[in-house]
Amino acid sequence: MKRETKMKLYALTIHEAHDLLKSRQISSTELTRAVLDHIEKIDDKIGAYLSVFEENAMIQAREADHMIARNEIQPLTGIPLSIKDLICTKGLPTTCASKILENFIPPYDATVMSKLKNAGAVTLGKVNMDEFAMGSSTENSGMHITRNPWDITRIPGGSSGGSAASVAADMCIGSLGSDTGGSIRQPASHCSVVGMKPTYGRVSRYGLVAFASSLDQIGPLTKDVTDCALLMNVISGYDPHDSTSVPKDVPDFRRSLEKGLKGLKIGLPKEYYMTEGLDPDVSATIDNAANTMKDLGAEFVEVSLPHTKYAVAVYYVIAPCEASSNLARYDGVRYGFRDKDPKDLMQMYRSTKSKGFGPEVQRRIIIGTYALSAGYYDAYYGKASQVRTLMIEDFKNAFQKCDVLLSPVTPSPAFKIGEKTDDPLNMYLSDIFTLSANLAGVPGISIPCGFSKNNLPIGLQLMGSHFNEEMLIKVAYNFEQATMFHKKKPSL
Amino acid sequence: MEFEPVIGLEVHAQLKTQSKIFCSCSTAFGAPPNTHVCPVCLGMPGVLPVLNKKVVEYALRMAVATGCQVAEISRFARKNYFYPDLPKGYQISQYELPIAAFGEVEIEVNGTAIKIGITRIHMEEDAGKLNHDPHRPMSHVDLNRTGVPLIEIVSEPDIRSPEEAGAYLKKLRSILRYLEICDGNMEEGSFRCDANISLRPKGDEKFGTRTELKNLNSFKHVEKAIHYEIRRQQAILEEGGQVIQETRLWNPDSQKTYSMRDKEEAHDYRYFPDPDLLPLVIDKAWIDQVRNDLPELPDEKTDRFIHQYSLPEQDAERLTSSKELADYFEACVTIFSEPKAVCNWITGILLGLLNAQGKTIEESPVTAENLAGLLKLVSEDVLSAKIAKAVFDEMAETGKSARQIVDEKGLVQVTDSSAIEAVVQKVIDASPDEVVAYKGGKRKLIGFFVGQVMKETSGKANPGIVNKILQDKLGG
Ligand SMILES: [Zn+2]
Repeated sequence: MKRETKMKLYALTIHEAHDLLKSRQISSTELTRAVLDHIEKIDDKIGAYLSVFEENAMIQAREADHMIARNEIQPLTGIPLSIKDLICTKGLPTTCASKILENFIPPYDATVMSKLKNAGAVTLGKVNMDEFAMGSSTENSGMHITRNPWDITRIPGGSSGGSAASVAADMCIGSLGSDTGGSIRQPASHCSVVGMKPTYGRVSRYGLVAFASSLDQIGPLTKDVTDCALLMNVISGYDPHDSTSVPKDVPDFRRSLEKGLKGLKIGLPKEYYMTEGLDPDVSATIDNAANTMKDLGAEFVEVSLPHTKYAVAVYYVIAPCEASSNLARYDGVRYGFRDKDPKDLMQMYRSTKSKGFGPEVQRRIIIGTYALSAGYYDAYYGKASQVRTLMIEDFKNAFQKCDVLLSPVTPSPAFKIGEKTDDPLNMYLSDIFTLSANLAGVPGISIPCGFSKNNLPIGLQLMGSHFNEEMLIKVAYNFEQATMFHKKKPSL
Repeated sequence: MEFEPVIGLEVHAQLKTQSKIFCSCSTAFGAPPNTHVCPVCLGMPGVLPVLNKKVVEYALRMAVATGCQVAEISRFARKNYFYPDLPKGYQISQYELPIAAFGEVEIEVNGTAIKIGITRIHMEEDAGKLNHDPHRPMSHVDLNRTGVPLIEIVSEPDIRSPEEAGAYLKKLRSILRYLEICDGNMEEGSFRCDANISLRPKGDEKFGTRTELKNLNSFKHVEKAIHYEIRRQQAILEEGGQVIQETRLWNPDSQKTYSMRDKEEAHDYRYFPDPDLLPLVIDKAWIDQVRNDLPELPDEKTDRFIHQYSLPEQDAERLTSSKELADYFEACVTIFSEPKAVCNWITGILLGLLNAQGKTIEESPVTAENLAGLLKLVSEDVLSAKIAKAVFDEMAETGKSARQIVDEKGLVQVTDSSAIEAVVQKVIDASPDEVVAYKGGKRKLIGFFVGQVMKETSGKANPGIVNKILQDKLGG
């Protein structure tokens, strides 16, 4: 291997690294070492990682090299990845960026982790997030904040902010995050990486620490669309441990990496373009993206998702309701943090939860507990579930007219750290474009589509019909190859 | 004013599946604390429940056996509350859409048949157990029981007396045991009961204010507690007072109920559908399959016993009170086809013995085959009824067959007339005074002669033949 390439092994994509591993030009040990060194060098500035498993990663890298020596190489063999810290890793800390799980070490692997291990992937460490995935900026981490590699005074997005920042800053080759209301797509957009939220049920949630069970989905954050397809190939599929995973065959997503969009119908949901507060740079960039698509042979149709205006309200009922129940188990009885010397059971619960959970998590637990209370259930959870059904219908109707929906990911580029922390409602409203895909269960992808005047990344969202990730990958790949925005890197 | 009690019962029956409802841990009772646990039933972060199909099948059996309508689509819901024995902070149960509803069970009290409606049957998971440290202010949590499957069977408020409540519970338990889905052990907690009780002036339609009784952990306690609670409420109403709606605990030591005065009262369980489990869809084919595979139930078996074996209703009911007893009876009858005699031996002697030894019919030291063998020897005049009882006792002690014992001890009854005649002659020769007295009219002395003959033959002479020969010789 030539010297300069070797210097920058950490900058490789999955498929680039795979080619070099397969042709024995590099080893996984070298690659993993290079990424670990890079983390060591720059993560002080970014704060993407909560824990780095150096020793463990090097052991896995050596095992991968043995696999490669035996010609057992698969697309992810020997590839070092970062993992969002709410995906359970057997024997290794999984904190959800919460004080309440600060010392928690799961005795089991999430299904996606077993799949990655079987594929020979290397786990570098666990990356930062908003506590229990509740937030859009990673500022709600109970450990520390993460900075945007493109502008370290700004947030990387969230909740998978650590994943997006680690990919953007080459502190991993690829990453797994989770998306409950935009938590993969929004940080991907803010950091100029590719992030996909698969169809609900496509990827097993077993071992994903639950925030809102009916919305959560694990997905990849990668340096390009090809890598997204490679990771999707490995993590997708029915899991008997997750009753909500769907027994459906998984296609080879690499087959969707083909050129040509002729005849493609792209829907523009009109409600998304009537949103107030859409940043002019974002608006202009999305228009450009649409023109690029047109040049590639796509046709545009206007579609309507009439219940979009309720998305934020529905989401902020359903997600906190489920969260209030999902987070009840952190009571200090069996694992995690327990406040010292409680005088009775009630005080143990109270002080453990008050000290263990951060303010945003407590806020959502309280909202959810209230909304589920007797006398309020029908007005909140009941009503929200009904509207959700209508939103699913909206998407079904829209996909009668088009193959994919195109929209912004966020109303504006990454904001300044601390800018919105005192205004949770404003923060919630910034999720407007991403929430619907979770509520309807449809897949969505965010891909780099340009930069604002002050050089902040702007992402493009594509949403597809249930289990049609192939279409998203195909369209995203064509756009990426035509624009090459993904090749631009932050200067650190 | 005359008051009428209105009673409804909520029964929790532990299903005896091999594994728990949402994970593959064992349900076995009595293991060391926290050994039958896994990340799922411990409520670890990130785990998900997967429904055990066997639990659904067992619930379906009960639903079909009690004539319930099975819901085509039912749902699991989360019942949220905090307690250290509840690892997830919620119990997975069914709420708005239970698996079955609208059934009924027929009971009989004082010769009158009464139908008790079943409001609903739903599936849920059991909680763990807290063991309070007797020496320190500390409790230990044992989560072996967490996730053991339960069905809750809720009755309509159709019950009008403690006796009816008792009969209903016994009937439910018997059905569950016939279906082989629950062992029905109240003391061990595999069959639990809460009772809702209110009083209303006789003739009124409107229900009075009810109280809920808990901690009724034996059949005896259920009836006693309900009795007590009826009297307590009656006393309040008669004084013009008002019953408070509350949960009360039965204290078997003081034989009274006490208000729990607990925050329990204010519980809001914040039920909502469990997003981790899909709606449960049960197709008709499955229900039909369960119905076809349903074993004979207690009422059907009682009817069959009455007709097939010409048994009085009371005997039939007694024999079918448990499936195992009925099976024992039928095993005997297959070998020795005199049902009434078999019934008499089982209900009169065998059950007495088992009772005294505190054993169940499955633990009987005398097998059905051996009991039938004994009765056969009696009917063939090989043994007298009197000796048969002694042989039975020995069978119970040693587990040997009747034939074995008879052979070993030479207990075969003497039916040879000439042999008996010789003994009779000997007795007559040895008792000249009694012969004179007998002939003089003291006919009761026949007993004396029979006794002497039996003594001479060690009880082995056939009493009928002895009598006949004596009367011939003494000039009856
Ligand atoms: Zn278990």
